[in-house]
Amino acid sequence: MPNAKRLLLQILNYTVFMALVWYFSFSPPYVRLTPEESMITLALSHAGKPAHECRRKSQEELAKLPPNMRVLEECPRERSPIKIEVLMNDKYVIDETVDPPGLYKDQGVDIYHSVKVPKGEHMLEIRMNDNVRVEGPTHHYRQAVSLGSAQLLVIQFNNAQNQFVLK
Amino acid sequence: MKSVNPIKRGYLALEEWFNISFGPEWNPLYHLGTLTFFFFWVVLVSGIYLFIFFDTSLSGAYNSVEYLTHDQWYFGGVMRSLHRYASDAAVATIILHMFREFALDRYRGFRWFSWLTGVPTLWFVITLGITGYWLVWDELGLYVAVLSSQLMDALPIVQGSMASNFLEGHLTDRFFTLMGFLHLLGQPVLLIFALWIHVKRLSHVEVSAPRGLAIGSFLALLALSFIWPAVSHAPADLHKVPAVLNLDWFYLNIYPVLDYLTAGETWVLTIGITTLLMIMPWLPPKKTGAAAVVHLDECNGCGQCAVDCPFDAISVRTRTDGARWEYEVVVEDKLCAACGICVGSCHSSNPFRSSTKVLETGIDMPQFPIDDVRTRTRTALDALQGNTKIIVFGCDHAFDVAELQDPNVAVLSFLCTGMLPPTLVEYALKNGADGVFITGCRNGDCYYRYGNIWMDKRFNEGRKPVLRERVDRSRIAVFRGAVTDGKEIRDQLEIFTNQIARLKEDATISSSREIENA
Repeated sequence: MPNAKRLLLQILNYTVFMALVWYFSFSPPYVRLTPEESMITLALSHAGKPAHECRRKSQEELAKLPPNMRVLEECPRERSPIKIEVLMNDKYVIDETVDPPGLYKDQGVDIYHSVKVPKGEHMLEIRMNDNVRVEGPTHHYRQAVSLGSAQLLVIQFNNAQNQFVLK
Repeated sequence: MKSVNPIKRGYLALEEWFNISFGPEWNPLYHLGTLTFFFFWVVLVSGIYLFIFFDTSLSGAYNSVEYLTHDQWYFGGVMRSLHRYASDAAVATIILHMFREFALDRYRGFRWFSWLTGVPTLWFVITLGITGYWLVWDELGLYVAVLSSQLMDALPIVQGSMASNFLEGHLTDRFFTLMGFLHLLGQPVLLIFALWIHVKRLSHVEVSAPRGLAIGSFLALLALSFIWPAVSHAPADLHKVPAVLNLDWFYLNIYPVLDYLTAGETWVLTIGITTLLMIMPWLPPKKTGAAAVVHLDECNGCGQCAVDCPFDAISVRTRTDGARWEYEVVVEDKLCAACGICVGSCHSSNPFRSSTKVLETGIDMPQFPIDDVRTRTRTALDALQGNTKIIVFGCDHAFDVAELQDPNVAVLSFLCTGMLPPTLVEYALKNGADGVFITGCRNGDCYYRYGNIWMDKRFNEGRKPVLRERVDRSRIAVFRGAVTDGKEIRDQLEIFTNQIARLKEDATISSSREIENA
């Protein structure tokens, strides 16, 4: 085959290959949120209350222990699971129960969960139970929020103040 | 006639198109591995340049990339685009490489190791690209960072929430130091190690693309970089969700899946697909023929078979049988692909040796011993009729030469044409054949990698064992073709037969004249 014709064919092949590389390098665009949507992210780092009550040791039990180990109470390490519900205009958008990690289920729980929601005015309600020995929510938060297009609303829990914070 | 599945037929047609465009020497489909290496070189060199200007801090990363892209568009911007497009092209060639091996059924049997180790290598490349996008710290970088962290959070080995690090107030410059280390050193070192493992069972490994193909690919990348320079999204904003993203689908295709599946389910899907790909060589397994056997009585330990073996299955060691030779060869059965190329390499595979006893050679294939080769060649030649007697030597993995058989044409198919001892060609010409026609896998595409190449070098370039100078080359033709190239092969055989007929005619006339003159 003449060299010029072969060269043209090569240019054609390179063009097709690079066009494909270029196209899939940027396209098709991925629409994560439509202009009518925004996002709520629940980012929680919180340790539940102990799952079981401390038990007072009897005198006999204490007597069997070496003097330096005679602690009056024995407290199980296991912590309560965290049950969390996020409602928007009385509709559930997040409903999760997370067991504490660790071999003895004694560590803090980390939750990171994002959901798409419509933009606009909403009544946000958060309920959390961090104590298995209590019926119903131990923490409750209700707040009207206004979400813009593609806005991110982060729900966090401030452990020092023991309350939910919106950012 | 060999049956050809539609995938293989389609692939071979594409390969032929590239043969027409580039010729076998530059056909990109024959050099997908080396082309990938070439793209890595472009990525490495451009990456080093980008790193010189890259600011590894939370506030400076985006601006430093923007500076390169816009203020220094004529060089830094081009480097950035080359970095991106060469990375994308590398994934494209890797995927084509995998598809090729699948379409041509070159992933099972003795090739299981390369396939198995190739799959995780692809993941190393993908994760290297992901951390690269992370470093730009634009909306896309933030998206990749958050979703990657969510994926990591789903693993039981990760404590705490990595994704929470990307909330306002948590992020520090140390994050960029870590990502910089991973992208610039940790991951590339892992990738090089993975590539080394991937080619471990091969010998004569090619890592350099043919110069013409490399130059062409580079010019194409350069043109693309000038025409459509790579640009960033808006800077990362922790208060906003990137709504529309121009994803690089070569690297970031897993992330949209997280819109439909949880992180845990995405891991199950990814691990499932990876596992399925990795076990493909056994779905179903392909049996490799019996391994080559060494006959020490006929082996002088020259080591040519070890040099020629494309799969590193033969090694040379100190003689163990007390013979006068210093070395002997040994075959590692597990590595042997049963191609028979070693038989073609052995000086002892010479059919001119005593015909009264069984022909033995230094290294032989139990399923098609050299004595059988000689006997079947002789039988085929004896059966030839007509004025122009041609013998065709073919390859089991290419066009089925049995289709060419007729009273004028004898055929013999080898495990690979690399198994064909040059002396057998001479033997055929001396024992009744007017011409020898050799076919096999397409040029540049030997099923056993080096069969075609070694054969050509033995015939024309003095590679041992050589085809002797005195053998009349005009009575030998080599035309190679795939299983789908029957028409072309038949046409070439016809041309060759006519050529031989003319040669014979000329020789007859010339000999009559000599008699008349005498």
